[in-house]
Amino acid sequence: MRRRLASAGIAGALAVSLAACAQSERGEAGGEGGTFTFGAAGAPDLFDPFYASDGETFRVTRQMFEGLVSFKPGSAEVEPGLAESWESSPDGKTWTFKTRQGVKFHDGTDFNADAVCKNFERWYNQTGAGQNQALSYYWIENFGGFADGQTPSLYEGCQAPDPNTAVVKLTRATSKFPDILGLDPFMIQSPTALEEYQANNVQAQGDSFVYSEYAKSHPTGTGPFTFESYDQGNGTIRLTRNDEYWGEKAKIQNLVFRVIPDETVRKQELEAGGIDGYDLPNPADLAALREAGNNVQVRDPFNIMYLGVTQKNNPKLADLKVRQALAHAVDRETLVKANMPEGAEVAKQFYPKTVDGYADDVQQYDHNPEKAKQLLAEAGASDLTVNFYWPTEVTRPYMPDPRGIFNTVADDLRQVGVTVNPVSRPWNGGYTDEVDNAKADLFLLGWTGDYNSPDNFIGTFFGTTENRFWTQASPWGEDLANQLQAADSEPDEARRNAMYQDINRKLMSEYLPAVPLSHSPPAIVVSDQVEGLQPSPLTAEVFDTVSISG
Amino acid sequence: MLRYTVRRLAQMVLVVFALSILLFAWLRSLPGGPVSALLGDRATPESRAALEAQLGLDRPILVQYWSFVSRAVTGDFGTSTGVQRGTPALEVFLQRFPATLELSIMALLLAVAFAIPVGYLAARRRGGWLDNVSIVWSLVGVAVPVFFLAFLLKYVFAVELGWLPASGRQDTGIDATRVTGFFMLDGVLTREWDAAWNAFVHLLLPAVALSTIPFAVIFRITRAAVLDVMDEDYVRTARAKGLTGMVIRRRHVLHNAMLPVVTTIGLQTGALLAGAILTERVFNISGIGQAVALGFERKDFPVLQVVIVSAAMVYVLVNLVVDLSYALIDPRLRTR
Repeated sequence: MRRRLASAGIAGALAVSLAACAQSERGEAGGEGGTFTFGAAGAPDLFDPFYASDGETFRVTRQMFEGLVSFKPGSAEVEPGLAESWESSPDGKTWTFKTRQGVKFHDGTDFNADAVCKNFERWYNQTGAGQNQALSYYWIENFGGFADGQTPSLYEGCQAPDPNTAVVKLTRATSKFPDILGLDPFMIQSPTALEEYQANNVQAQGDSFVYSEYAKSHPTGTGPFTFESYDQGNGTIRLTRNDEYWGEKAKIQNLVFRVIPDETVRKQELEAGGIDGYDLPNPADLAALREAGNNVQVRDPFNIMYLGVTQKNNPKLADLKVRQALAHAVDRETLVKANMPEGAEVAKQFYPKTVDGYADDVQQYDHNPEKAKQLLAEAGASDLTVNFYWPTEVTRPYMPDPRGIFNTVADDLRQVGVTVNPVSRPWNGGYTDEVDNAKADLFLLGWTGDYNSPDNFIGTFFGTTENRFWTQASPWGEDLANQLQAADSEPDEARRNAMYQDINRKLMSEYLPAVPLSHSPPAIVVSDQVEGLQPSPLTAEVFDTVSISG
Repeated sequence: MLRYTVRRLAQMVLVVFALSILLFAWLRSLPGGPVSALLGDRATPESRAALEAQLGLDRPILVQYWSFVSRAVTGDFGTSTGVQRGTPALEVFLQRFPATLELSIMALLLAVAFAIPVGYLAARRRGGWLDNVSIVWSLVGVAVPVFFLAFLLKYVFAVELGWLPASGRQDTGIDATRVTGFFMLDGVLTREWDAAWNAFVHLLLPAVALSTIPFAVIFRITRAAVLDVMDEDYVRTARAKGLTGMVIRRRHVLHNAMLPVVTTIGLQTGALLAGAILTERVFNISGIGQAVALGFERKDFPVLQVVIVSAAMVYVLVNLVVDLSYALIDPRLRTR
């Protein structure tokens, strides 16, 4: 023991002189405005947002890039971005954007309507590996196919009649427009830099993809921060303030992301002053983090966790009464109180009430075990047995404690006589594979919205009949998909919202392909020295408003 | 000696080859895979199938292995799918290995620097206070898990006292030039003394934590070996011949006691690499330990293959060096 103290003592003594040195070094690097250091849970895959679909990549790229539209800080509402204004034709197929003047890319070239069209054309003309969903997920999901015409595309063309007007033509109206243009993959990049560093040069190689020089070290946007370096050996990404930024310049001089995969380590780093903030703190730590003087901000919930039902393998689950029995069996109020962080809400339909088309008068399923038993008996399913899947080695913003949530839901189901066979799989070790391949009868899963559109929630879940709920097995599966498609293509907003409300009512009363459980607000924490952070329900914070005191 | 070395090297090649086959088959038998990691949780069965076909993961495993081997002989070990997506797996290894080696060397130096003198002194004064304290400490060193000690050290010296950095390899504000990937060495080579010192200070806590087990083991072996040798006839003879204590201790006791100690140091070097996995996680050091942990989490087969096979090669090489140094220390082995 004494030896340990002695060793540590030597270490401590050596550190005393360094502590002051390290402090001053941080200050120096900060310069005017200082340095904001954020603890990231993972390394960004690359710096070209078009080829990305993961949050840790977007967390970095959204500091450097901007889209034609933006999301209002602190909300999911769209506001002007690189486009000052826009209007659509009555049929919703032609969108005219007035682009902002006097904006320059980080490489000094001009942002204008021509650059907008070049970006659209780049996305649409992807070939080879660039067409793979692993790279172009957001394009495929939102725009469909590419220029080769193998799959229909939402995109038809883009013209720049003058330097400040970009006209984007679509093949059909969609509720997603223009909101999707605020998504990270559709941020506008410098055509000059894209060409100079061969941004489209992505290739499938071995078990993975190889990215371009652009994606590795030359990301060039118009945003408030510019790329400086990525030190993989030390796991740090450094950005600096863009002093030529067209809008209000960032308050901090340097923005550093430190990659710290372990959540406990991130918490300790914040306590030790090594980072100034991190995302998604463990709900169990929130009270302690606050007590220590940190600023824990809870975002508005913009997600859904549901009890998924796969109708493929268990014929009894194809009976609406059985699914309704499951909904009555689960005590969602208790689940939210016992297993969810503060601010969580019981989900009454498949998206939060802040999203358009939310219906207040959908059928409710209160906790009623007797009713559940009765419905099961009526369906001849009193002996119902289910394989109930739940994930390990993961937490998601909508599912902070998978084991606890599973136990609570499974106990509720057992209370009404359902025999539960628990099946746990690591998240990346088969869980999502087996759920998507319809191996589960019941499963826990959820979704965080990308933008404020019902299509981004229920359109993603049930927009085609080939989904993890196996709605193709139901006579209503195709109807539901068609209704969703029709609502998405309705250009009149009021009529569209009414259509979505109608779908939500049917989803909860006639279809019930899954049981909505909860909306859970993800938190973000910064030290007491940080001011001006504006949490986003889309978890899409830009750190230009942040300042460091002390 | 040359034939012995060549034979051992040939054995090493066989071991590594066999390991690569086992590892390749085992990784692919695990549920999930790189396709899930690449596509994320928004994948569909169709997109999975398309990507498997594009990357050749739908082919028979023997074909895949052959493809891997034929690329590997050209130096292409595949591309990372999760740890550093898009980066060649070999580059991931080469980038991260210096961090692990730097940490392991530092831990080993600490362990050896303390364990051998303490072990020797404890043996010479058997039953004394140093002996008793050291034995207790070595028991603690073996019994307490490295990660627990690492957390404890970090909590006390970084979080509570703020004397040492809590994690990482260097402060983010240091704009250091990278030459070899060994941050301390780079600082010295480029005469960026601040950077070297900063890297050194970052290494202290993890190295102390990591050194506890090798300290305990080397200490106990040194103590036992010295005790054994001191009872040997030739030591008694040396004393009878009237040699001074210093000469006896240096030429006869220490020299002969070093044989098992060197073996132990070699074995501990291998064990250190395993211990580094936990230490790197606690102190967020981007070394191969962290790469293995992330590799399993994200099913990054190319990185796991390179890292595990290379770690095995290092382990086997270290053992070879130990055996060769055996021969250097003990001339009798050279003549066999």
